Amino acid sequence: MSTTVWVILAGALMTFLTRIGGHLVLSRFERIHPRVEAGLNAVPAAVLTTLVAPAAMNGGPAEIAALATGVAVSWIAGGMMPMFLTSAAVLILLRHLLG
Amino acid sequence: MTTDILTERSGPRDFAQGFKDSLPIVIAAAPFGVLFGALAVDNGFTVFEAVLMSATIFAGASQMVGIDLFGQKVAPWLIVLSIFAVNFRHVLYSATTGRRIAHWNPLQRLFGFFMLVDPIFAEAERRGERIGTVTFGWYAGAALPVYVFWVVEGWIGALFGKVMPEPEPLGIDFLLPIYFLGLVMGFRKRPFWLPVVAVSALASIIAYRTIGSPWHVSIGAAAGVLLAAAFAPAARQEGADR
Repeated sequence: MSTTVWVILAGALMTFLTRIGGHLVLSRFERIHPRVEAGLNAVPAAVLTTLVAPAAMNGGPAEIAALATGVAVSWIAGGMMPMFLTSAAVLILLRHLLG
Repeated sequence: MTTDILTERSGPRDFAQGFKDSLPIVIAAAPFGVLFGALAVDNGFTVFEAVLMSATIFAGASQMVGIDLFGQKVAPWLIVLSIFAVNFRHVLYSATTGRRIAHWNPLQRLFGFFMLVDPIFAEAERRGERIGTVTFGWYAGAALPVYVFWVVEGWIGALFGKVMPEPEPLGIDFLLPIYFLGLVMGFRKRPFWLPVVAVSALASIIAYRTIGSPWHVSIGAAAGVLLAAAFAPAARQEGADR
């Protein structure tokens, strides 16, 4: 097998370890401390925010407007699809108008 | 909630609902799946290696980092370490979702953890929050399309990468940030949501500018999680009041 295949398989193993590791560590404890519980409940918002923030920072007017639209639509309408489609429409429209 | 309702929910209708929930993920990830395949071949991968990477690692950002380093002829162990660093946030997903899928059998849980990428994790958390339980049927319905499309897209990109259209006019390079923002907004009813989002955003931007990618993800996430943990008693009080 080529080096590339070995790199891929080792990368896959390491990735699987991250995906099962947190559970393996946590399941060793009988009771979960309230602080750990509160921290875990914050995981989705905390991690997903870090995937948006740098993109927002590097974005131009079209990108910022699309994200602002997304926040507004989520707040008013809720649900993923309306927000996703409106934001994408604003982005495409503004890129054509401004670009 | 009776057992009957639970059993009914884990049936075909549950799988169908998961399938429906996976559609925005499949759409948002599609350009990146194809782009990965194209870039992989561009960086010296064979078509087989590109498909193998999508099928075994199944994590977009880390795959991109991997092929980028591969193109720069970086030492193999360093490539593996970088993939690990980019995916380190999954440790948190694993600990969080592990609580929700504790009732699955061991084989189902192995499947669940293998599929635990950003959007699947977020949808599973949303599902658990709304319905109170995450069934294997729903999870399989949500995860399988994402996985199958991801692998097929990598294969298509590897085969036809040279004839891809420019992504910018169609906005597809920015679909993932929009989708992730939608997920962040979906959790806005949780205790301490706004402070967590604000602190994570600030910390990740500072880390992005000083230390650099991909560490801004772990650092930004740690800041938000620690904030929530530090204010835990208050958070519990607020949760109890609801």
